Amino acid sequence: MLSIKNLHASIEGTPILKGINLEIKAGEVHAIMGPNGSGKSTLASVLAGREEYEVTEGEVLFNGQDLLDLSPEDRAREGVFLAFQYPVEIPGVSTTNFLRTAVNQVREYRGQEALDAVKFLSLMKEKMKLVEIDQKLMSRALNEGFSGGEKKRNEIFQMAMLEPSLSILDETDSGLDIDALRIVSNGVNQLKSPDNATIVVTHYQRLLDYIVPDYVHVLYKGKIVKSGSKELALELEEKGYDWIKEDVDSASV
Amino acid sequence: MTTLTKNKIKDSFLEIIAKATSENFSEIKQQAVEFLQKEGLPAAKAEEYKFTPLSKKLESLTNLTSATQINLSAEAVKSELIPDLEVDYLVFNNGNFDKELSSYTEKNYSVKSFKSLSEEETTKIGSIAKVSKDPFTALNTAFFQDGIYIHIAKGKVVERPILILNFNQANNGQVISPRIYVQGESNAEATFIEKVISLNDEAYFLNGVTEVKVGENAHLNYYKIQNESTTAIEANNFVSDVHRDATFTSVTLSLKGDMIRNNLSLNLLDSGCEGNMYGLYLLDGKTHVDNHTNVDHTMPHADSNELYKGILAEKSRGVFNGKIFVRQDAQKTNAFQQNNNILLSDDAIINTKPQLEIWADDVKCSHGCTTGQLDEEALFYLQARGIGKDQAKGLLLYAFAGEIMDHIKIDAFKEYCITLVQERLGKL
Repeated sequence: MLSIKNLHASIEGTPILKGINLEIKAGEVHAIMGPNGSGKSTLASVLAGREEYEVTEGEVLFNGQDLLDLSPEDRAREGVFLAFQYPVEIPGVSTTNFLRTAVNQVREYRGQEALDAVKFLSLMKEKMKLVEIDQKLMSRALNEGFSGGEKKRNEIFQMAMLEPSLSILDETDSGLDIDALRIVSNGVNQLKSPDNATIVVTHYQRLLDYIVPDYVHVLYKGKIVKSGSKELALELEEKGYDWIKEDVDSASV
Repeated sequence: MTTLTKNKIKDSFLEIIAKATSENFSEIKQQAVEFLQKEGLPAAKAEEYKFTPLSKKLESLTNLTSATQINLSAEAVKSELIPDLEVDYLVFNNGNFDKELSSYTEKNYSVKSFKSLSEEETTKIGSIAKVSKDPFTALNTAFFQDGIYIHIAKGKVVERPILILNFNQANNGQVISPRIYVQGESNAEATFIEKVISLNDEAYFLNGVTEVKVGENAHLNYYKIQNESTTAIEANNFVSDVHRDATFTSVTLSLKGDMIRNNLSLNLLDSGCEGNMYGLYLLDGKTHVDNHTNVDHTMPHADSNELYKGILAEKSRGVFNGKIFVRQDAQKTNAFQQNNNILLSDDAIINTKPQLEIWADDVKCSHGCTTGQLDEEALFYLQARGIGKDQAKGLLLYAFAGEIMDHIKIDAFKEYCITLVQERLGKL
């Protein structure tokens, strides 16, 4: 589904990603871990199409299509979803109105009929249950005044509404207490299917107790320096990142 | 220096003065002429006009004389009505009341041309918008010919909105001087909608004065749309005396023009009154819009609310100057003022200045202004959910601007304005 080859990206001339290679197939869950500043969020942002990042080398194919060539909105319409690390507050735009615009634009792109108000609301009700999100939040301005947990739940709720084939969760667990984490993970797990894939970017192993990955990759200094099964995450939890850093740093000397 | 302007005005005044003496309004016209001969139009450095060099703008016009009536068809007038809204409409034809083209029921109110005013009514003209307060008010006073006097009797509720259609078509910058006087007696209620329309792209100087008395416990709303040609120069002088327990609300929507100056003054003359001023300006090209507001709290327990918002693209320029004056007797005043702007280009300019002068010690007054760019992070967020860039931009800009529309209390007109605003935002 997703094939990243030798991806290099920089921001304002500073290289952040220095040759990422990653293959993701439908039905898989990949966790990307790594110390702060290793490039995890950059990778997520580059995949979603954030403009500040410049791709200097390499390619990303999504279902055989050049992903980097698409605008952010077309990536979303093709089925890429980024759950933001810091969801943006947008005063004056209600969550319902925003989602209806988004859902219908995505449907239009996919050649589906727009949902009328009734159908949209019933879809919304159904998906709201997944993340136990309060109906009251829907009529409020998007993310405005939402608690940290509500914002993250709202991200997963949007993911449920848009039914992406590739979901990228950028530190969705950061700042969540255990109850919120459970709800969010539960939502993600219910959305999992043999047809879609998930990239979980996280700093903490804790999330992976709930969203169990098929593969774990360690990102350090802009490269994937180690890949393994979910046991790798446990090892990292126990030993920290220093041993990996040392391995990489001594190898490069 | 404004000598050029002064001289030009002097020349055309000779003609005006001669006329003025033979009219009902000879006294105030004489005062206006004397005021202008003494003061001239604002000099380049005049504090009140320093960001909006109207005098300089007028010097570039070659034909600073009074515009005359034009041929206007009933169809042209009808095309400016508001869909799904039944209104009474009053037409101004190059600054003069055109009774033939107007259509009004006078249900619960009356309309008179300045030509048929009683002596008492005549004395009211200029009693609220005083000649000595502003040079452009004086200029209008010297120039105006046939205005309208609207009277809403005690306790009368005017159900249909009164639509004032201001049609303008001048040659080489002639002066157009509409004049409106509204006498709202106690417990009267009415809503006015004014549209300024340019019939072609010739420059003109539209210099209107509207004075409104809001009597005891009366409720008046005044909505105005300025969507003119990009050569239009306008000074819009609006003064309202608000009496005990009365409420006056204005909403001004400025979309297009060359240089527009709105002088809006509310005199809150007694306790319990409320003055609301809202405005939205959405500008591009080289359009320059200046909202100069002034609210004068004279007695205790009066409120004023003010919110102006602007989105400026290309090389447009906005000016906001909000003066709040709280006199010593005006204890327990609540006065709120806010001006927020979004600049869409590096060349757009906003000058914003709150001016609070408070002489009472037990009041709540606040003011604030913000200027920023379109939030790129919010834009990306919407795009990342599949919303196209242009539509995402429109959503964000409307989210910013829409708040002003909520102060329009007539649904059909609100819808009309929302459509106008959304169309406009799509082009910024």
